[in-house]
Formats: sequence, structure tokens, C-alpha cells
Amino acid sequence: MKNSPSDVKYPHRHLLAIEGLSAQEISHLLEVADSYVEQNRQADKKKSLLRGRTVINLFFEDSTRTRTSFELAGKRLGADVINMAVATSSVKKGETLIDTAMTLNAMHPDILVCRHNASGAVKLLSEKMNCAVINAGDGMHAHPTQALLDALTIRRRRGNLAGLTVAICGDILHSRVARSNIWLLTTMGATVRLVAPKTLIPGGVQGMGVEVFYDMAEGLKDADIVMMLRLQTERMHGGYFPSVREYFHFFGLDYEKLACAKPDALIMHPGPMNRGVEIDSMVADDFGRSVIREQVEMGVAVRMACIDILTRNMADADTRSL
Amino acid sequence: MPVSWKKTQDLVAYVNARLLDPASGLDEPGGVLTDGEEIVDFGPSLHSGSVPDGVRSVDCGGHCLCPGLVDMRVQLRDPGEDHKGTLISTGQAATAGGVTSLVCLPNTNPVIDDMSIVEFIARRARMLGLAKVYPYGAITKGLEGGQLAEMGLLAESGAVAFTDGKKSIADAQIMRRALAYSSIFPLLIVEHAEEPTLGGGSMNAGETATRMGLSGIPREAEIIMVERDIRLVEMTGGRLHFAHISTSGAVEVIRAAKARGLPITCDTAPPYFALNEMEVLDYRTFAKLSPPLRSETDRLAIIEGLKDGTIDAIASDHSPQDEDTKRLPFPQAAFGGVGLETLLPVSLSLVQNGDMELLDVLKLITSAPADLMGLSAGRLEKSAAADLMVFDPENIWKVDANSLRSIAKNSPFDERPVQGRVLRTVVDGRTVFEDGD
Repeated sequence: MKNSPSDVKYPHRHLLAIEGLSAQEISHLLEVADSYVEQNRQADKKKSLLRGRTVINLFFEDSTRTRTSFELAGKRLGADVINMAVATSSVKKGETLIDTAMTLNAMHPDILVCRHNASGAVKLLSEKMNCAVINAGDGMHAHPTQALLDALTIRRRRGNLAGLTVAICGDILHSRVARSNIWLLTTMGATVRLVAPKTLIPGGVQGMGVEVFYDMAEGLKDADIVMMLRLQTERMHGGYFPSVREYFHFFGLDYEKLACAKPDALIMHPGPMNRGVEIDSMVADDFGRSVIREQVEMGVAVRMACIDILTRNMADADTRSL
Repeated sequence: MPVSWKKTQDLVAYVNARLLDPASGLDEPGGVLTDGEEIVDFGPSLHSGSVPDGVRSVDCGGHCLCPGLVDMRVQLRDPGEDHKGTLISTGQAATAGGVTSLVCLPNTNPVIDDMSIVEFIARRARMLGLAKVYPYGAITKGLEGGQLAEMGLLAESGAVAFTDGKKSIADAQIMRRALAYSSIFPLLIVEHAEEPTLGGGSMNAGETATRMGLSGIPREAEIIMVERDIRLVEMTGGRLHFAHISTSGAVEVIRAAKARGLPITCDTAPPYFALNEMEVLDYRTFAKLSPPLRSETDRLAIIEGLKDGTIDAIASDHSPQDEDTKRLPFPQAAFGGVGLETLLPVSLSLVQNGDMELLDVLKLITSAPADLMGLSAGRLEKSAAADLMVFDPENIWKVDANSLRSIAKNSPFDERPVQGRVLRTVVDGRTVFEDGD
């Protein structure tokens, strides 16, 4: 299957968002990712599947774990991986974004992994690129590989996504992780609850098929999964809540609030964590409950799957163009 | 007006037309006779037979002949940003859109907050002889929302009304003084109604913005400013006009204020009754407007406001932007769309959709804005300027941004089919645009 020229199970050129993907396509991505988990646990982690292919990581926003995760994923598949970090401050003008696309096109990459602080920027870039583009996070819009790795983590622990109740808690307003998770989880048949102060709940979000709670005890009641989000203070202008102390008191995850969820509820966090702000350190490090480190591990597998699948489609495109 | 003007007997007869004069309700077959720069006669019987010797004849081919359009909200970009628009390109876009008089916002560089700039723009526009350009004066110096500009002197030098353009007067005390002071002349104050502390987003607030991960500008930003200003009008007795109203809430509040007899008027722009926020899906920056495109409910309320007279006029809200400011990630892209060349057909969609009568729609883009701005334009009258427009209300065409005459191509209506085409535009008796040129 790996050597098939095209991947009809994922008939898209890019991976820009979870929106627009069917349950079957998501399952396919997760299955391929699952197959990479074992490989990543072997001593020899490297394959030569993508020998000769070039992956460029273009990050307009600071990132350590996502960039590293993509870099590892590309390298383990045997591709050449180039990291380009562009300071956000130097990219005020959009010509730079489009010019950058033109420059990169000339280098003939096969996959471009891009993160940008403006919603929609990666899509704009993808319209100008001749290669496949993976969205590694655009503004407050989407972070599809994070949603996929969260789903893979849950699936490996619980067998299935359908029927689960997932409480996503914290800074929903600024979170692309939340938006991509809402799309993915509702598409796969899970029940999604959002728990946050009203100031951090984006308007009309109920239209995305979620329930909204302003109280942790109510929102976490009988939840299978508790997904905590980082407070994105860098995106906050003006006070969304009075103080960190008050925020933690009402919305930080501690054992008392966690007791409202199912006894075996899993704790997740996309990282990086603000310990003592949105999550108590003890809870975060609770081996029995917290799967936060596992999420990081699944991240590499998911990104390998995404790069693999998109290059399968590309082989097809190359053949057709000949 | 030159003192030594004298009749030259340069007679032109526009014949074989469906004559439309929204101000008087005239709608019948007929023609218009002009002499030089003036209309000398018009009516159903005019030259229905043959045109006498010495009179040039223009056959309108049975199409509609009406006063040239009056557009009360246009951004020139000249002086200051002439890579986005020049007086010539804007004038050509205007006449291609059937617009013979336009009022330009003071957000040029330098700002129109000084008499010399008013005169500078008026003189250059006169020399070009395209659409007539009337400037707004700034309410506050440098459009900074602080000190009042010399409104009285600006009015004497030719500013027809006052506005801070794309900016609201954020400070209620300044707005109070602007309204009170302007009421003694009296002058019209035009407000872009948007509470700035609730602005700051890049599209209409709500589910679509949430899904797209974009910061929203709530409807309340507009409604709150309209409500505040209405109170200040009551307090001061000033005359106030709200530009490009976009929300159902603002229509309601203005309707109620008018019912109370307050001197309040408003306009809207074609995007707000023809489009809704779904246009920005796919991060289409050409549909990023200020105020933002709103929900379908709002769009329908704007149409109701136009139908019942709550909304007094339609302006194109022509806002040229170039590739450098529009081909950007959505949150970083500039607001605004060009509108001069689509003002007529998109306004006529109100007729095509059965919402309004042809004469009522034409009034909103001719005599109504002319009256608001105090211009002697937008009507067929003997001895009025021969500013005329011939159009075919049936002609269907597709908007193509690249073939617009405007230098800037940022039309929110790009690639949309529209109905109604300008065939000829006449300014002061001279044909300045003919379809197919």
C-alpha cells in the first residue's frame, strides 16, 4: 500500500484544516499514523520511503515542539528537511509571504510545512505553492496535525472516538487547537463540551455543534477526556479575566475539579503548559491519568503519516504531468 | 462660474429615450435638449418627430435617460496615494459608472482639513472635466479626533459636508462640540459609526468569524455609536448623517429617531444590501470591508430600510486598495472595495429582485444624495447642468475586476453577473463616457 502512486483515501493536495475532511479520510490518516508508532519505538527509526524528497519547515511563529516534530517526521521517512525560521516582526508585509512562496517554489520542495500568526495565511500561501502544504497552525484558525495527534492518542487508549465525551477547557477564543479538535471530534461522533469563562468563548461557537459551560464541575461531569488549553496571553489584548489566581481558582484543572469527570478520564494538553495557571502540576504529571507526553509521541507518527500520504498523491500528480 | 459665460447655441438633442427623472417621478418616452452646459428643455414631445437643423442629435436607442448619478462617498487617494487611485482614474471610473458628481472623503494626504486643499482638489478636478468632485471637509484636524478643523472656513471654500472619513469621532465630547458648532452654519456632519474599542476585528463577529478564527467586529459597535450620536443630536441640534449603515439594529434605531423628528439621515452602500458575510469565506480579502459584511438578517433589514425610507441614499463607498494591501493574510489586509463602476447595476438589483421600483432606486443615487449634500445635481431641470446618463436596465454583464477603469481592482463584486449597463455619461453637455470606448 505504501508504494501505491496515489492515495485515493485522501484525495486532497494539501492538509490545511480538518474542516472539509470526512470521517473516512480522518480514520485513514489515523490508521497510517498508528502504523508509524511502532516504527518510532524501534532502534532503527529511519526509512528510505521519501529519499530524494524535500520537506521545508517554514515557521513565521515561534515553535519548538511542532517544528521539531515535523523535522523528525520528515527525517524518519528519509526526506531532506530544511528549517526556515522567519521572525514574525520582519513579516509585516504580505508581499513577503507571497514572495517567500515564489522563492521556495524555485527550490522545488515536495512538502511545505507552514505556521503563521494570521488566520488564513497558510491557505493563501498554498494557493501560490507548487507543492503540497501542511498547515502547522494559522492564527486562531486551524492546527490539523494537533487535532489528529490528539485523536490518535485517544483512539489508542479508548479504541474509538465515537460516543466519547470530550471537555475542552480554557482559552477557546484564541485556540486553533480547539477549533481543529471541535471539527475532528464532532465529525468522528464524539460529544464536545467547551468550558471557559464567557470572555474566552468565541461568539456563535455553539453553531459548530458543541455545548458550552462556564463552570468546570458542570462541564467536566462524566467526561471521558479532559483537554486543557494553554492561556495564550500573547494573543490577549486587555483583560479577559481579572487575574491568574482567580482564573486558576475557577478554571484551572486540579484534582477537585477532575473528580467531576469519569474516574478513568484522560488528561490532555497540547503544550506548552503553564503549570499552576491552567493546570495543577500534580495533575499534569499524574502518570495514571495524564497522556500529555504520549501526545508528543503521537505527534511524530501523525506528521509522518501526513507527509507520507501527501507525497503519495504528489507522485500521482507528477505522473500525470508527464 | 465664469462671469463672461454666454450662450453659444450648441444644441444637442438626446432623443428616442425612456426619460426618467426620479425627483419629479417622470417616466415616459421622450428626450432632452441641451445647449452647451445646460439643459434647455426635456419632455415626452421633444423632437418625437425629426430634429431641427442646427441641432445635433444623439439617439438613445430607446434606453433609459436620467440625471447623472450622485455618489456621496468616494475615496480619492489623490493626493497622497496615487498608486491606488488618481483623480483621472477615479474620474474615469465614475463616468464609466454613470456618476457625474461625487463627494470625496477628506482622508487624502494631506488631509482635507485646510481651505487650500479644498481648492486644490476642486481646481484639479475642474480642469479634468470628468465627474464633478466636491470635497468633504475634516471634522477634526488631521482626522485625529481631537481639535475641530476650521469647518466654517472650509465650508466657505467649498466643502459640502464634514466627516472624519473612515474614522468615528471616538470622543463623545468632541462629537458634541462638532455637532453644536456646525449647527450654527448649519453644516452636515457625516459619521462612520463604529465604536472603536469594539472594532479591531477583521470581519463581522459571530459563528463565521469563530469558524475562520478571525476576530469579529460586533454589530453593537455600529449600533452603540449610532445611539450615542442620536443622543448628541438631541442635545445639540446638529444635523447628522450616518454613512454606510450595515446592521438591522442601526436601521431600527435610526427609524425610531426619525419618527421622533430628529434631523438624522443615513445611507448604505451596495455591498450591504447585495452581499453578506459568507463572501469572506476562503479568506477573500476583496470582501473585507469597513463596516464588515454582516449576516443575511442584516442584509434583509438594510433592504427594508431602503424600502421604507429609513435609509435616505446609496453611496458607492469607493475605497481603492492595491495588491500590496489586499494580497495579504486576511487579518492583515486592508479594508474597502471599489464601487463606482458597480453602483448602478448593483443598486438596480433591488428592482430586479422586486424590492423597489426603478424610479425609487434611481432617486437614492441621484436627487436624494444631491439634496443631502446640498448640490444642484441629480435632477432634470431647465437651466440645470447637462449632467446625464443613458443606461440599459436589461443588459446583463459580468463584473471583471481587471477591466475596471479604476486603477485599483479590489471589487467585492468581481466575477458576479449584474444587470444594468451605463451606455453614455454626459457632464456639462459633453459626452465623457460611451460604452465600448
